[in-house]
Amino acid sequence: MRLPFPTLPRERQLRLGLALLLGVLLFALAGPVMAPHAQDALVGQPYGAPSDTVWLGYDYLGRDVVSRLLHGGWTVLWMSLASALAALVVGAAIGILAGFAGRRTDQAIVWGTDVLLAFPDLILVLLVVSMLGREPGLIVLTVAIAFVPGVVRLARGVTMGVARLEFVEAARLLGYPATRILFREILPNIATPLLVHFGIMLTWAISMLAGLSFLGYGVAPPTADWGLMINENRAGLVLQPWAALAPVVLIGLFALGANLVAEGVSRLNARIGAATGGKTNAG
Amino acid sequence: MPAEFAIGPASAPLLRVEGLRVSLTGARADIVSDIGFTLRPGEIVGLVGESGSGKSTIAAALLGHARKGAVITGGRVILDDLDILSAEASALRDLRGARVAHVPQDPGAALNPMLRIGAHLDEVLDVHAPGMTPDQRVERVVAVMADVGLPPDPAFRQRFPHQLSGGQQQRVLLALAFLLRPRLVVLDEPTTALDVVTKAQVLETVRHLCRRQGAGALYVSHDLSVVRDLVDRLVVLYAGRVVETAASHTLFAEPRHPYTRGLLAAMPDIAVRRHLLAVPGHAAAPAARGEGCPFRSRCAVTTDRCLDLPPWQEQGRGHGVACHHPVSGSLAVAVEQTGPAAGTGGREPLLSVRGATARYGKQVVLSGVDLDLHAGECTALVGASGSGKTTLARAIMGLGEDVAGTLLLDGVAQGLREGLRGTAQRRRIQYIFQNPSRALNPRQKVGDILGAVARHFLPLDRGQTAACVAATLAKVALPASAADRFPAELSGGEQQRVAIARALICEPDLLICDEITSALDVSVQAAIVELLRGLQQEGLTLLFVTHDLALVRSIADRVVVLNAGAIVEQGAAGPLLDCPHHPYTRSLIAASGRAVAS
Repeated sequence: MRLPFPTLPRERQLRLGLALLLGVLLFALAGPVMAPHAQDALVGQPYGAPSDTVWLGYDYLGRDVVSRLLHGGWTVLWMSLASALAALVVGAAIGILAGFAGRRTDQAIVWGTDVLLAFPDLILVLLVVSMLGREPGLIVLTVAIAFVPGVVRLARGVTMGVARLEFVEAARLLGYPATRILFREILPNIATPLLVHFGIMLTWAISMLAGLSFLGYGVAPPTADWGLMINENRAGLVLQPWAALAPVVLIGLFALGANLVAEGVSRLNARIGAATGGKTNAG
Repeated sequence: MPAEFAIGPASAPLLRVEGLRVSLTGARADIVSDIGFTLRPGEIVGLVGESGSGKSTIAAALLGHARKGAVITGGRVILDDLDILSAEASALRDLRGARVAHVPQDPGAALNPMLRIGAHLDEVLDVHAPGMTPDQRVERVVAVMADVGLPPDPAFRQRFPHQLSGGQQQRVLLALAFLLRPRLVVLDEPTTALDVVTKAQVLETVRHLCRRQGAGALYVSHDLSVVRDLVDRLVVLYAGRVVETAASHTLFAEPRHPYTRGLLAAMPDIAVRRHLLAVPGHAAAPAARGEGCPFRSRCAVTTDRCLDLPPWQEQGRGHGVACHHPVSGSLAVAVEQTGPAAGTGGREPLLSVRGATARYGKQVVLSGVDLDLHAGECTALVGASGSGKTTLARAIMGLGEDVAGTLLLDGVAQGLREGLRGTAQRRRIQYIFQNPSRALNPRQKVGDILGAVARHFLPLDRGQTAACVAATLAKVALPASAADRFPAELSGGEQQRVAIARALICEPDLLICDEITSALDVSVQAAIVELLRGLQQEGLTLLFVTHDLALVRSIADRVVVLNAGAIVEQGAAGPLLDCPHHPYTRSLIAASGRAVAS
């Protein structure tokens, strides 16, 4: 039986987050089709002011800011999603293994993550990019590698909590194969903290990728990219603030959406846990 | 509402609770309603009820506190003319710890692991008795340490909580509570985490302290057998209402309320072997209680009158009951003869353990234990905590860490680590854990949990699996609809039934039950024990690990007593419990509240 708890406020937060995420994603996905101009078309005055038809004005070379915004979201979004997802999958697999196997396997994995954690994320990514080039796939891989140790640490910690519960012991006693124990018994019980961490990683990845573009190590001009746009137009911040602020707002909205969803999911789960826990006591 | 009752000399009550009501915040549901009772100086009152009945809520309200999610919405709690519920925050601060002290349930969680024992005691004195001189403080601390049975030397006070045993930690909490000689002590199930011998000692200390300091005490417990010899008067709680109060001996001799009678019939007795009768059904959650007598859906003598809330009826001599149809007369229970325990000579045992030793680090937990389990028998493995009984049970399952010895199942040697055993071997021995909520995966439905086990051992298709799951659920008296539930949607007793079903579905020969009823209410325990006895009659062999000797009397054919990793005594259950030979067995039985003939 579901008790009629006043669930609306928290769900509203989750819904707002989802709407923001999907809205920004849709903007970036459908953008290239809807853009009035090509991303590198010079159609106006450098730092030309907004008008009724040109909503956000022109950038430092006289390109339409709206068109550049519509073209320039996709790279940062897919790269941040891909790197967060890759870090989640790889990190969770290694972390669960460490937490479940214990002993030497655990020790080796913990040492490995400690070494990786010793490198500052951004410096590591900058090093790789400046040495090996700026292919998007390579950047995604590097960002993912920078994130993996955190996921491993988290997954290992929560797995150790779950793995000593009796139902995991019962599964071992029944002789279930290790893969079944890891993925059917343990994984569903640690999914929530991992999902929350995924949301947080998404925001880190966005800021890191936008930062890379800003520093000139990401997407090469004249391609449109939100991070790059901030860098290109920062000189004219006083003259034509929209050219730099609009991508900032979009990146901010996406990060906010990811955060709200992550927090919403974790709260939803905590409440389910509390409600069912209370029920057990009452029964 | 229960009126005041008076027995013995009419001394002024120390504590009066009148019409106390605590509600859930946000919902229109009472956790407890119309609670009323009194407590005189030096008197110990027991507050008993099943989990969810609101005992801890009342205990907290006596200190003017409501847990998160609850709010005190009515009534008065008067201690020496001060109404605690309407007291100012500063008055409450002065009151708590100084005049009303609270002893919590879990000493491990109640003591700050970073503070030494002495610092805990100093903290109380700093807050409530800042005017004391250092000499007075030391004198007071030394006195209270001696009172609670702890070494009064300064070296002991330099220790940290984790350096003490569970019993010592609980004594520290008692010392903290009695340090300022409070008028009232509220004890919220303080012995639940302790084994039977330690429990008896702590209870003795509580009794002694209350007598000596003349403090009144409210002892909250879910276990009638614990409070039986401790308290002067009992208040029985059901679904947030007082259903019966009486002097302790009156209540046990002549219970009037059908619920109280049900609780007593469900209680195992160390003196006689008998069927344990469970109260059918379970108590409703606060939001689902409805109108009328809260017990009527589970009551055997219910009529249309029970649709109205029963009035409080005085039955004389301080005995009161809230029931339209109070039952009179003493409680008659069917005593049965001890089962056929001795007739196992000559037969080969189902399981033999020879020379089992186990270590935990450098500490020897088991030293050369020999154990035989005969087919169809229920063997109880008893001992205090640390005696090695769980270690032995886990060693049989192959869960031991550092175990040596021989393990024969039907004469065939078994691997000492579960990883060495084949699927067929695994099927024959099954294990049931103490805590059912941790033994079931919270993310899998009951049907999936059971179905996976069935398919793991037997070549079944989808339809056969469903049929097998339904048949096994029926065997443990759960409805087939339980298969679609998640474990958290079931009560503790139902969860334990699912855990038993998971063991039964692969048709084992031997079932090892590790304290499987210790987390359950007495009525639920009775139902589980009867279920196991039925299974035993169908030919199942049981190894029942427990520290509850009364329960042993009701279920076991044979008893094996373990102390410090070695078997000190074993034999048929009846004779062993009636005339134990080994001093350790005697101490266990004495601690269980039974006089031992010498």
